[in-house]
Amino acid sequence: MIESLLEGKLVRLVDEEPEVISKEFSRWGRDSEYQRLLNFDPAFLWSEKKWKEAIESELGKDNPREYFFNIQTLSEKRLIGFIGLMGIEWNHGNAWVAIGLGEREDWGKGYGSDAMRLILQYAFNELNLYRLTLGFFEYNPRAQRSYEKVGFQLEGRQRQMVQRAGKRWDVLIMGILQPDWQNTQLGAGLSNP
Amino acid sequence: MMEIKDQLFTGLHIYLAAIDHAKDPEIETRWTHDPEYMRMLNPEPMRPLSPAQLKKKYEAIEKDEDRHDLFYFTIRNRQDERLLGFIRLYWVDWTNGNGNVQLGIGDPGDRRRGYGRETLQLLMQYAFSELNLFRLSAIIAEYNQAGLNLFLKAGFSEEVRRRQAQNRDGRRWDVIHLGILRDEWESHQGSSA
Repeated sequence: MIESLLEGKLVRLVDEEPEVISKEFSRWGRDSEYQRLLNFDPAFLWSEKKWKEAIESELGKDNPREYFFNIQTLSEKRLIGFIGLMGIEWNHGNAWVAIGLGEREDWGKGYGSDAMRLILQYAFNELNLYRLTLGFFEYNPRAQRSYEKVGFQLEGRQRQMVQRAGKRWDVLIMGILQPDWQNTQLGAGLSNP
Repeated sequence: MMEIKDQLFTGLHIYLAAIDHAKDPEIETRWTHDPEYMRMLNPEPMRPLSPAQLKKKYEAIEKDEDRHDLFYFTIRNRQDERLLGFIRLYWVDWTNGNGNVQLGIGDPGDRRRGYGRETLQLLMQYAFSELNLFRLSAIIAEYNQAGLNLFLKAGFSEEVRRRQAQNRDGRRWDVIHLGILRDEWESHQGSSA
């Protein structure tokens, strides 16, 4: 059995207290670039109170289509972002992945890839899904390299799907299949017997 | 170029109309008992719906329309006014000018008669010249060849192929994302008129 299902080399996936998360989410939101790398919605500002209420309203709810975690560093036990699976189609074994790292000092240090390896392991070995999809924006060129590193392949681009800073940009879609992921695990000697 | 007096909801053989809460449930319930129809439309597990279920569904649709990110029309035959199917524009993203299209012709005898083509023309006209959207998307499984042909002929292009994203009847199928931009629609109109 896998002992470190939620623990990687740099980070672990945890479920933090709502007051801790809401404080960080509210602060991260002030970085509009973070928000614009994350999603389609116009950047917005939410108070700690509003975030806390939103998070608390989910407590105790069993949503079979979503699994979200907080990302915590192993070294300092710092909360640095979130990662999750959403839009799960159980009959087809599909889900979408979303990831956000709130502190820009933490970008480009391997935390995101480490968290992504954990969510792949969780999706394929715990939820027994078959494939994962993710999307990101053309103006985020670092994203593609980091997702390729953990095994995602580019599957196409939705042309000019987003308008930001007066320009239209493509949305790139990548996917990973469980058998391909398993092969890379075997190749890297990472799989547990 | 459209004129203000040009009709948005009337085609040559069909017209778009609101839901008829009294009569439509009895007709659509028959379609929902047809696995082929249901599976061509949706990735969700197929299941038949009673007229009572459909009444609830129609009420939910009209409630969702209040959010202004959904536009749902029934399709009717101009000659005898019978219900042919539905078309909907959903996940309308006003900030970025995007919408998604889904279309169903319920009775097998009404398929391949050009009703879908005419309906899609009306919807594109509505989306681009009434809602002023910038692009439209459609999501169609590989096994729905008639659906793919309909959208390709209307000027959509294949943009993304999510490999093996559905599991049906013991094998996996790709799911294809198509898109059309407003200027492509404008130039395609001239060529197909």
